[in-house]
Amino acid sequence: MTALASQPRHKALWAVLLIGCVLLVLPFAAGLLGNAWVRILAFALLYVMLALGLNIVVGYAGLLDLGYVAFYAVGAYVYALLSSPHLLEQFPLLAATFPQGFHLPIWILIPLCAACAALFGVLLGFPVLRLRGDYLAIVTLGFGEIIRIFMNNLNAPINLTNGPQGITGIAPLEVMGHPLSQPLDMGIFKLSTLELHYFLFLALTLLVLLISLRLQDSRIGRAWMAIREDETAAKAMGIPTRNVKLIAFAMGASFGGVAGAMFSAFQGFVSPESFGLMESIVLVAMVVLGGMGNVWGVVLGAVLLYAIPEALRHLARPIQLQLLGEEWIAPEALRMLLFGLSMVLIMLLRPRGILSPRTPSP
Amino acid sequence: MDILLQQLINGLVLGSVYALIAMGYTMVYGILQLINFTHGEVLMVGAMISLLVVNALQSSLPALPPAGLILIALAASVPVCMALSALIERVAYRPLRNAPRLAPLITAIGLSITLQTLAMIFFSPNPMVFPDLLPTTPIQIGGAFLAPKQLFIFVVSLALMMALMFMVQRSPLGRSMRAVAENPQMALLMGIDPNRIVAITFMLGAALAAVAGLALAMNYNIVHFTMGFIPGLKAFTAAVLGGIGNLPGAVVGGLLLGMIESLGAGYIGDLTGGFLGSHYQDVFAFAVLILVLVIRPSGLLGERVADRP
Repeated sequence: MTALASQPRHKALWAVLLIGCVLLVLPFAAGLLGNAWVRILAFALLYVMLALGLNIVVGYAGLLDLGYVAFYAVGAYVYALLSSPHLLEQFPLLAATFPQGFHLPIWILIPLCAACAALFGVLLGFPVLRLRGDYLAIVTLGFGEIIRIFMNNLNAPINLTNGPQGITGIAPLEVMGHPLSQPLDMGIFKLSTLELHYFLFLALTLLVLLISLRLQDSRIGRAWMAIREDETAAKAMGIPTRNVKLIAFAMGASFGGVAGAMFSAFQGFVSPESFGLMESIVLVAMVVLGGMGNVWGVVLGAVLLYAIPEALRHLARPIQLQLLGEEWIAPEALRMLLFGLSMVLIMLLRPRGILSPRTPSP
Repeated sequence: MDILLQQLINGLVLGSVYALIAMGYTMVYGILQLINFTHGEVLMVGAMISLLVVNALQSSLPALPPAGLILIALAASVPVCMALSALIERVAYRPLRNAPRLAPLITAIGLSITLQTLAMIFFSPNPMVFPDLLPTTPIQIGGAFLAPKQLFIFVVSLALMMALMFMVQRSPLGRSMRAVAENPQMALLMGIDPNRIVAITFMLGAALAAVAGLALAMNYNIVHFTMGFIPGLKAFTAAVLGGIGNLPGAVVGGLLLGMIESLGAGYIGDLTGGFLGSHYQDVFAFAVLILVLVIRPSGLLGERVADRP
C-alpha cells in the first residue's frame, strides 16, 4: 500500500471510493463510444491480472520468467477443452460417459484451470530451481516455446489441441445460472455481455490484487523478497528456499491460469497464436515499467502498456497521414518499439520502475 | 540415400554455424557473466546488410565471381555489426555493469525487440529471398549429398573459430582478454583497460555473428527480421552445453547440438512410433539446455564456476 497508506486514512478511503466509482461507471462511459472500447477495458483487466501474477514470480521472488504465457495458455486450453465439444468429438469413450457434455460449474472449472497451471508451474520450477537469474530466464523462455510447439502439433496422431486451427465452440461462463453470453435484465437497466464480462474480470482482478497485497506483507511474501535480495543470506536465515520458490512459481502460474480461463471463455476460441513469446515479453515489460514488486506500479504498467498501443492503433495512422502524407510505420511496429524501448529506458533511467518499490534493491 | 550420413552432414554444417555464434556468447559471458541477448539480432542485421550488398552487386556487376561477392558482402556487414555491437555495449550494458543481474538482461530483451522492429521497418516485414551465390550441384559422399554452400559454411566456420582460439591463446590482445576475464581490477592494475577489452570482445563476437548471418542466409536462402532469435537461443544452448566461458567448449557444444538436432528431427518419428514428428526439432535444443543445466551446469568442458553475485 505504498502510496495510499502514507496518507491519512480517510484520504485513502476517499481515493478508494473514487477509483471504485470510476471503475463502475467506466464500461458505460466507454460503451457510449462503441462496444469495442468495452472490450478493450475487459482485456486491460485481463492483462492487469496476468501482470500481477507475473509480478509474484518476477517482482516478489526475483525470478525472471520469460515463459509466463505458458501458464496463461494452460489455463486457456484446460478451460477450452472442458467447455467445448472438441474432446467429446475426439474420444468416443468420453462422449459415451458424458452424453450431455461436461458442463462443470464455474467454481469447479476456474479452480481447476488455476490448479493445472500451478501444476505446470511446479513442473517448470523443479528442474530450474538451482539456476541463477539469467539462466533461469533462458530456460523459462525455452519452456514457453516448448508448450507452444506442443499446442501447435498435438493434433496428430491424437487430436488433443487441434493444432494451429485451435479450439472453437467454447461455451460461455455461467455465473449463478446466468450464461454471460446473454444480456442480464435487471429491471431498471440492462447489462450487455461485454459489460457482464467486464464486471466479472473486475471482480477477479480485485481479488488477485487483494491477494497480491496481502501476500506482500505475509510470511511467505517476506521470504520471497529475502530470496530476491540475497538468496544465500535468505537460506542462512532458515528460509526453505526451494519450497518457497516453488510456491512462487505455482502461485504466479495459478493467476495466469485463471486469466487464461477468462480469456478462453471471453473469446470463445483459443489457438496457439495467442500465446507466443512476444506475449511473455510484453508482460515482463508491464511488470518492469511499473516497478518490479510494486503492486500499484504493476497495475499502472499493465494499464499503460495496454492502453497506449490501443490508442496508437487508432491514432497512429491518421496522425502519420496528416503529418507525412503516408503511413511510414505500422501501428504494430510502433507497439513493439514501445515495448522494447520502454524496457531499455526504464532499466537505464529508473530501474525500480515508474513507482519505486517500498524497499530499495541493492 | 543414406539417411544417417545425410543427417550427420546437415547436423555438422548447422552445428558449425551454432558454434560460430556461440563463440560470441561465450566470450562475453567469460568476461562479464552476461548473456548478450542481442547477439542473435546482430546476426540478423549482418544477414540483412549482406543481402543488400549482394543484391546491389548482382545487378550492377553481374560478372563478379561468387568469391568476390561474398568477400564484399562480408566487408560491408562485418564492420556494421561490430559498430552496432560496440554501440549496444556502450549504451545498454556499460551503465548497468554494477546493477543487479536482471537489469542488463531486461535491457537486452528490450533492445532485441527494438532491433527486430527497426529491421522490420527498414527492410521488410516479410521473408526476403537470398540468392544462391555458389553452384548448386551437390557433391556426392557415399549415399549422401553435400551442397557446395554447406561445405563452404563448414570450412569457413571452422577456420574462423580456429583463428579466434589461436588469437585468444597466443596474441597480446588475447592475453589481455583472459586477464580481464580472470579479474578486471587486477587487469586494470597491470595496465589493461577493461572497458576497451570488453568493447573489443563484443566486436569480435559481432564479427563472427556477421559471418554466421551470411552463412544462415546462404543455407536457407531466406532473410527475415526474426531470423536471429532462434539461432541465437540455440547457440546459447551450445555455449552452455560446452561449458559457458570456454571457447573450445563452444565449438564442441555447437557441433554436438547441431547433430543432436538433425539426428533427433530425423529419427524422432521412428523412435516414438510416429507419435512425434520432425516439427519438434526446436524442442531438442531447449530439452538439451534444461538437461545440461540440471545435470551438469558447468557444461562438458567447463570448470566449475563460482557463483558471482
